[in-house]
Amino acid sequence: MAEINRDDVAHLARLAHIDMNDDELDRMAGELAVIVDSIRTVSEVAGDDVPATSHPIPLSNVFRDDVVGDTLSNEEALMGAPDNADGRFRVPAILDGE
Amino acid sequence: MTAATDEILSFEEAMEKYDPVLGFEVHVELNTRTKMFSSAPNAFGDVPNTNVTPVDLGLPGVLPVVNGVAVESAIKIGLALNCKIAEKCYFARKNYFYPDTPKNFQTSQFEDPIAYDGSIDIELADGTVFTVEIERAHMEEDAGKLTHMGGATGRIQGADFSLVDYNRAGVPLIEIVTKPIEGVGSRAPELAKAYVAAIREIVKNLGVSDARMERGNVRCDANVSLRPYGQEKFGTRTETKNVNSLRAVEHAVRYEIQRHAAVLDSGTPIQQETRHWHEDTRSTTSGRPKSDADDYRYFPEPDLVPVVTNHAWIEKLRAELPEPPAERRKRLQADWGYSDAEFRDVVNAGVMSSIEDTIAAGVSAAVARKWWMGEISRRAKLADLEPAELGVTPELIVELNVLIESGKINDKLSRDVLDGVLAGEGTPAEVVEKRGLAVVSDDGPLLEAIDGALAAQPDVAAKIRGGKVQAVGAIVGGVMKATRGQADAGRVRELILQRLGVEG
Repeated sequence: MAEINRDDVAHLARLAHIDMNDDELDRMAGELAVIVDSIRTVSEVAGDDVPATSHPIPLSNVFRDDVVGDTLSNEEALMGAPDNADGRFRVPAILDGE
Repeated sequence: MTAATDEILSFEEAMEKYDPVLGFEVHVELNTRTKMFSSAPNAFGDVPNTNVTPVDLGLPGVLPVVNGVAVESAIKIGLALNCKIAEKCYFARKNYFYPDTPKNFQTSQFEDPIAYDGSIDIELADGTVFTVEIERAHMEEDAGKLTHMGGATGRIQGADFSLVDYNRAGVPLIEIVTKPIEGVGSRAPELAKAYVAAIREIVKNLGVSDARMERGNVRCDANVSLRPYGQEKFGTRTETKNVNSLRAVEHAVRYEIQRHAAVLDSGTPIQQETRHWHEDTRSTTSGRPKSDADDYRYFPEPDLVPVVTNHAWIEKLRAELPEPPAERRKRLQADWGYSDAEFRDVVNAGVMSSIEDTIAAGVSAAVARKWWMGEISRRAKLADLEPAELGVTPELIVELNVLIESGKINDKLSRDVLDGVLAGEGTPAEVVEKRGLAVVSDDGPLLEAIDGALAAQPDVAAKIRGGKVQAVGAIVGGVMKATRGQADAGRVRELILQRLGVEG
């Protein structure tokens, strides 16, 4: 069984800005451990001669020409925003910003 | 804002006790037409949230596509920094949650940057050369721009809310990271400034960035640590963020060295943290400490495929590189025969290319320098313009010089001719004609003026007769005044000496 404990889950939850209570942390620790074990079977079949895959299709160098295309209007851009002002997205002040 | 309360040592004392180690992360915004992963325009100063596509806003279901020109720009920067270019590299997601990125991750590169293991030589003002090793240069995207609103100061502390413009989100960035720079000693602040200046010059010369620091095209994070002399292990470093002018880079490094030295002297360890630079007080304040917020959980970006390079492609790009700025300067100075001081003045005045063009148009290096460093620089200063912006073409200087060398006009008259040409009165020859500016070459009127000047200053005339030939200048001046500058001063001098029967 993989070692995913409550503290690991709490750390991940903090990174992901997800609020979780104690019951949820316990349950998620168990579920994540099962998932990690399942994924681990992949490393059992992939030897050192198998490079890590980042994309399922063996493509490379898919590039776009540097040509300007359609953009959203300001109204369209802001359409899904919970709040806006002065043509910009309005968000709560976050204190630990750079 | 509040004044800095940190204790600092004098720079000299800090340097006596401690050995500084530097490191820089410089972000360069590319000047591609479109963004790194979308076809939205890469433009500065437009109406907020109009240069955006669903990709830039991280809307559900979108797929990024890499800008091929940006990749080539990245390779060119790598080559200009003498880096190795990766045969295969990937993009990665750098996960963090802050409203400047609507996707909750920045698309960047992690384990395998496109360029790595380079170096550049940085020349300081006195000619000392330091080699700065480049760790890596990788491709990524810029973030959106936050404006903090409300609160008393307009700063983030005390702000009520923030407004976000995503026009800049997704603009192609190249992040250039140095290896630790050791052994610079008290030259550290100077090297910091020279390094960022060199990066700016290189990317501008490559044509891959507008390189305007005041617009944030080139941004520097400066790492500083101190250790006692003789100690191998690095001290704890701080990273001063967004130091965005050359002068500020120099001052920030100097200040952090002084501050670290005072902290270490007091026996307290340095806290590893980001620092914010304040131009108004020329000091830094504490940002946030390193914490688990720096756990970015990088993983390969599954929506983008690898970039694979090959020898032919890299060599084609290498062949397109312009001559490196430092080499060009060395070549031009040698070609022109200017002294180090003369050449430095030319570079600082921003007229090196103008002089190059003017020499190519057909005058000597000395004449080109005389014009650009003299009359044209003087006019530029008065008009608060760059010398190259005055509309003086190399061809015009050649025409003026032909008129001077043929004796038709002198240096003083050439300025009036230039006035006339810039005022749209025609070619230099036409202005000479219309304004009646030709040098008086007939000896008759000159002799008349000389006799007048000698009569007006009999004591000077006596001195010259007595062998004090250098006193002739006063008489020449009198003649030039009487002819309103339209005399050939050399000829006047000859005539005066003849008149007085003295050998020149």
